[in-house]
Amino acid sequence: MNKKEPFLHKSLLFVGFAGPAVFCFMLVMVIPFIYGIYLTLTSWNGISADKAFVGFENYTAIFQDVQFWNSLGLTILYSAISVVFINVLAFGLAYLVTGGMKGQNFFRAGFFTPNLIGGLVLGYIWQFIFSRAMVSAGNYLNIGFLSTSWLSDPGKALAALIIVSVWQYSGFMMLIYIAGLMSIPKELLEAGIIDGCGKGQSLRYIILPQLNSSFVICLFLSITRCFMTYDLNLSLTNGGPFGSTKMAAMYVYQQAFVSKNYGAGQTEAVVLFLICAAISIAQVYIGKRNEVNA
Amino acid sequence: MEKRKLGSVIKYAVLTLLLLIYIFPFFMVLINAFKEKADVIKNPMALIGKSGFILSNFREAVRKMDFFRALGNSLLITGSSTLLIIIISAMAAYIIARKNWMACKLFHVLMILSLAIPFQVLMIPLVSIYGGIFHMLNYRSTLIFMHLGFSVSMSCFLFHGAVKSTIPLELEDAAAIDGCGSFKIFFQIVLPLLKPTIVTTVIINTLNLWNDYLLPSLILGDSKLYTLPIATRIFYGAFSSDLGLILAALVLMILPILALYLFLQKYIIEGVVAGAVKG
Repeated sequence: MNKKEPFLHKSLLFVGFAGPAVFCFMLVMVIPFIYGIYLTLTSWNGISADKAFVGFENYTAIFQDVQFWNSLGLTILYSAISVVFINVLAFGLAYLVTGGMKGQNFFRAGFFTPNLIGGLVLGYIWQFIFSRAMVSAGNYLNIGFLSTSWLSDPGKALAALIIVSVWQYSGFMMLIYIAGLMSIPKELLEAGIIDGCGKGQSLRYIILPQLNSSFVICLFLSITRCFMTYDLNLSLTNGGPFGSTKMAAMYVYQQAFVSKNYGAGQTEAVVLFLICAAISIAQVYIGKRNEVNA
Repeated sequence: MEKRKLGSVIKYAVLTLLLLIYIFPFFMVLINAFKEKADVIKNPMALIGKSGFILSNFREAVRKMDFFRALGNSLLITGSSTLLIIIISAMAAYIIARKNWMACKLFHVLMILSLAIPFQVLMIPLVSIYGGIFHMLNYRSTLIFMHLGFSVSMSCFLFHGAVKSTIPLELEDAAAIDGCGSFKIFFQIVLPLLKPTIVTTVIINTLNLWNDYLLPSLILGDSKLYTLPIATRIFYGAFSSDLGLILAALVLMILPILALYLFLQKYIIEGVVAGAVKG
């Protein structure tokens, strides 16, 4: 039936319905994306009128940029630890609040609360906790490792970033695990009980395999979010002390908007994106393959 | 039976303890926002400071942060962006779901691919194009336009799924036979049926846009146009040593959202789950 509609009518209908969305999407995502690829081939400083074409120089220059690799290594370390803790905690919480106990909605809502607030404000809140509240409590109770601010020590500042990320995202991922747990057919669990499964066994052999797709989603979301962390990094540590917690997203930002190396900054952004995409695609691929086996 | 009871007591105890830990940072900020600076520094753990329970931090923070102007900007930008996102992405999703045209398929694939692109890859070109070439920075409308561009693919994706799975085609056919035009069918029949998805998209977009910092900070350089997150950041930079003031500002930032959450908790949680699982 569609084939009989005249082309003009079809075009009008498409433009009328999808026109505004296509227009915004093209101008904000597609064209800047293509223009961004072009920028990686120039040595533009963001101000001058001429953008000198340098070919793949920016890409080869990345290999010599030690600071970029340091920030990338730090990002991978931060993401790996955060992702593990986020998901272990999120699954634990989800498991505890789906047994049909009284008040479980209250607990769910409580654990989710940090996700209502943006990373920037969360970082400021925790800056106060780490640099004031914990120090004061540490001095009062005479606990050595609390009595100086964590944010002034490179290793502890990274730990602080991880703690805040775990605190924030675990409540979010918990909701996804809850959705997964609720969708496990009751008969399956009952059959397990009849076959003599204990709680631990039904967790190991029934619940965990059934949750494979929830794990894939949560790992994907937590990896991509941790990898691109900027707001929290900015407000909690601002890359400090002494630049020791400057993660890749912040490095890219400063390369472009502080050092005015637009071409190099954009190239590093693209490389960061490709690495993150490769890791998350590999994760989804491995996860899906497990699904078939289970 | 006894053993089971004990188990549930332990479970409650563990959950309550965890919840207290989760809420603790908010609680600390809240109690210290009502103290003098000296009391905050001397004893942040005390419920009430030595100089008593004071409100002056809030009065000053509101004034110095130009809180109500920033609140107005945030409301205007988040509100109008969300409204426009819903309309344009529902309309686009409808035509994509119903027609098998080349343009629809192409656009659909492009939008799904774009979901994988992080903002950091686009921020430098965006600033170069809209700042360097068109000189369009420092307008709220530019920011709203960019919010549309960034949010349209996710929202469209959710609406597309909803149209495909929940709207019966027979209904539209019947309306068409009765002489309804495509636009009338969409606005009078399809859109009302999409209500649950509209709620989900409103919640996801409102939360994202309200809390967004990086994009607005790149677009809005003029202090009259600051949204709440930008205003907080600037305020923090200028007054970071005046703790009482800073904490009052943070309370002002989080209170409106928490108040809303108290009433719309169920919808917010359902909306976030629907968005995350389908995405």
